[in-house]
Amino acid sequence: MQALYGQLLVGLINGSFYALLSLGLAVIFGLVNVVNFAHGALYMTGAFVAWFGLSQLGIGYWPALLLSPLAVGVLGMVVERTMLRRLYQLDNLYGLLLTFGLTLIVEGLFHHAYGNSGNSYPVPEALQGGANLGFMFLPRYRAWVVLVSLVVCFGSWFVIERTRLGAYLRAGTENPRLLQAFGVNVPLMMTLTFGFGVALAGFAGVMAAPIYQVSPSMGSALIIVVFAVVVVGGMGSILGSIVTGLGLGLVEGLTKYFYPPAASTVVFAIMAVVLLLRPAGLFGREA
Amino acid sequence: MRTLASLLMAVALLTLPAPGRAADKVSDGVVKIGVLTDMTGFYSDLAGPGSVLAVKMAVADFGGKVLGKPIDVVSADHQNKADIASNTARKWFDENQVDAVVDLVNSGTALAVMPVAAEKKRITLLSGPATTAITGEKCNAYNVHYTYNNWALANGTGREVVKNGGKTWFFITADYVFGKSLEADTAKVVEASGGKVLGAVRHPQSSSDFSSYLLQAQASGAQVVGMANAGADTINTIKQAAEFGLTPKQTLAGLLVFISDVHSLGLNIAKGMYLTTAFYWDRDEASRAWSKKFQSHPDNKKKAMPTMVQAGLYSAVTHYLQAIKAAGTDDADAVMAKMKATPVNDFFAKGTIGPDGLFRHDMYLVQVKSPDQSKYPWDYYQIIKTIPAAEAFPSVEAQACPLAMKK
Repeated sequence: MQALYGQLLVGLINGSFYALLSLGLAVIFGLVNVVNFAHGALYMTGAFVAWFGLSQLGIGYWPALLLSPLAVGVLGMVVERTMLRRLYQLDNLYGLLLTFGLTLIVEGLFHHAYGNSGNSYPVPEALQGGANLGFMFLPRYRAWVVLVSLVVCFGSWFVIERTRLGAYLRAGTENPRLLQAFGVNVPLMMTLTFGFGVALAGFAGVMAAPIYQVSPSMGSALIIVVFAVVVVGGMGSILGSIVTGLGLGLVEGLTKYFYPPAASTVVFAIMAVVLLLRPAGLFGREA
Repeated sequence: MRTLASLLMAVALLTLPAPGRAADKVSDGVVKIGVLTDMTGFYSDLAGPGSVLAVKMAVADFGGKVLGKPIDVVSADHQNKADIASNTARKWFDENQVDAVVDLVNSGTALAVMPVAAEKKRITLLSGPATTAITGEKCNAYNVHYTYNNWALANGTGREVVKNGGKTWFFITADYVFGKSLEADTAKVVEASGGKVLGAVRHPQSSSDFSSYLLQAQASGAQVVGMANAGADTINTIKQAAEFGLTPKQTLAGLLVFISDVHSLGLNIAKGMYLTTAFYWDRDEASRAWSKKFQSHPDNKKKAMPTMVQAGLYSAVTHYLQAIKAAGTDDADAVMAKMKATPVNDFFAKGTIGPDGLFRHDMYLVQVKSPDQSKYPWDYYQIIKTIPAAEAFPSVEAQACPLAMKK
């Protein structure tokens, strides 16, 4: 029973990563209407920026937490301005293919430069060590991850669903022409929204750097699961992606305890069932 | 009359002095070596471009020619997929006159290419794959298994760690052929040496999060956590084990850890870990000299020291070329006979290739140094024990290779 509590907690930790990443995807899909396959590569880039900052420039974890998402966000906005923008009037599929192609290029470049084994990023001093909870040893850094992701996730949800700014954003997707007629610069808003979405990926990358090895393939390992989370939650649903991210993390944690070999497939099994019963996802609105 | 003339010519040619004749014995006028490895995936740092470099160095050091004919090196990425590996090898044999396929890191690709090579009577020199089946029930007459196999890794680490007091074990195992066979081999050794296996958990290949498995390992209370996985999986296991406070209460035993892994983890995280290796660059004068040459080679972009896979490959290819020279032909049967008859004695290892194709040589149990023990770059291992070839590798009888049993 004790072991089970441990697994649930670990599931929650992984779930927070899923939530953070799928939130970014949902924001981008829900508000910019792009299926951003480059999300994993940007997450990896975020981790690499943090690592590069620490090892080459002496920039520590705390500034990286801000600088790295900023760098990734700017990169994303450049991509949006120069490439993605041209595809808005076409089918979603074109955006997907473009971002997928970008992923391959970015991962290939990092591979070429840094190899596959990756680099180690130390846990920041203030968050080293951990506490014995009786049923498990909880590293302080993992607790921090859960806390921060929850704050960031629900903060983003609040801004998008409950504030005036969020209302503009949502209106921009529903009817961009009308909103523009009210004097809102919709293209700029789209760019900034996309930038925010990918900055979330960069942020998740920095959060992940001390836990996982910072390697070029760290994004592709995660992105497929994250897409499954978004599909289960309902494409574009902000709350759906957060809740499903945490939920599927828990389910995965339980699977690792009861039947480990299925741990990497259980999420997809759930996705298949959800698609059969509720094609729009758990929180999606039927089209 | 014409027939008689050509017959005479043929006889005349046959009686020419040996070197001239031998030159004609190189098929297609070139000895071609195909390096089939993982260029971009999990194993690309421990094999990959470094393996290609090692083969090119071996050819260059040999003089670029054998029996007066050029030696050519081609390479391809097998992407860790058995079908890509066997198709590439088949194409190489059929269309590109490749005489030997080397490396084949990843057991799945090795087992896929071996029968193709045997069917075409071409040679495979394996450095990197680990399953014992290669020289066991799946053995063939045209294959040499160099560097290490699961049995050697399992025995080296398993037996020595139990001897040092690590009696109870828990395994974190990659859920595919390689991991399972490594776990089974190690468990056998641990129990035979008086230890006890408390449990095991199987994880899918390339999981990035190991905390669940580490918690189970922690809950088992075992003294030793054996990691029957490889590459990025091992790296993440070690990293997160430190995070979750497994070490130093529990000892990690890496069953397949390369110096490239230790390098990327850093000594602070990897320190104290036991592992078995076939090669360490800083072992003696000869290994140092060769490794420094490898490290400073302009093609070695990352300036990394060689892994045992890469060093072993250099040695294997050199042995192969020497066998061609000694046999006076690149005919696979003659070369294999020479390779098995001639002992290897170089910077990499001393030993012999058995009738089953397994290269038996000394292995080393090492412990990873702590940062303050490490005096210069890549000063990572302390050699705890040299495991003699006879103990390090399974006997021909134990391997149960049908080929070797007939004799």
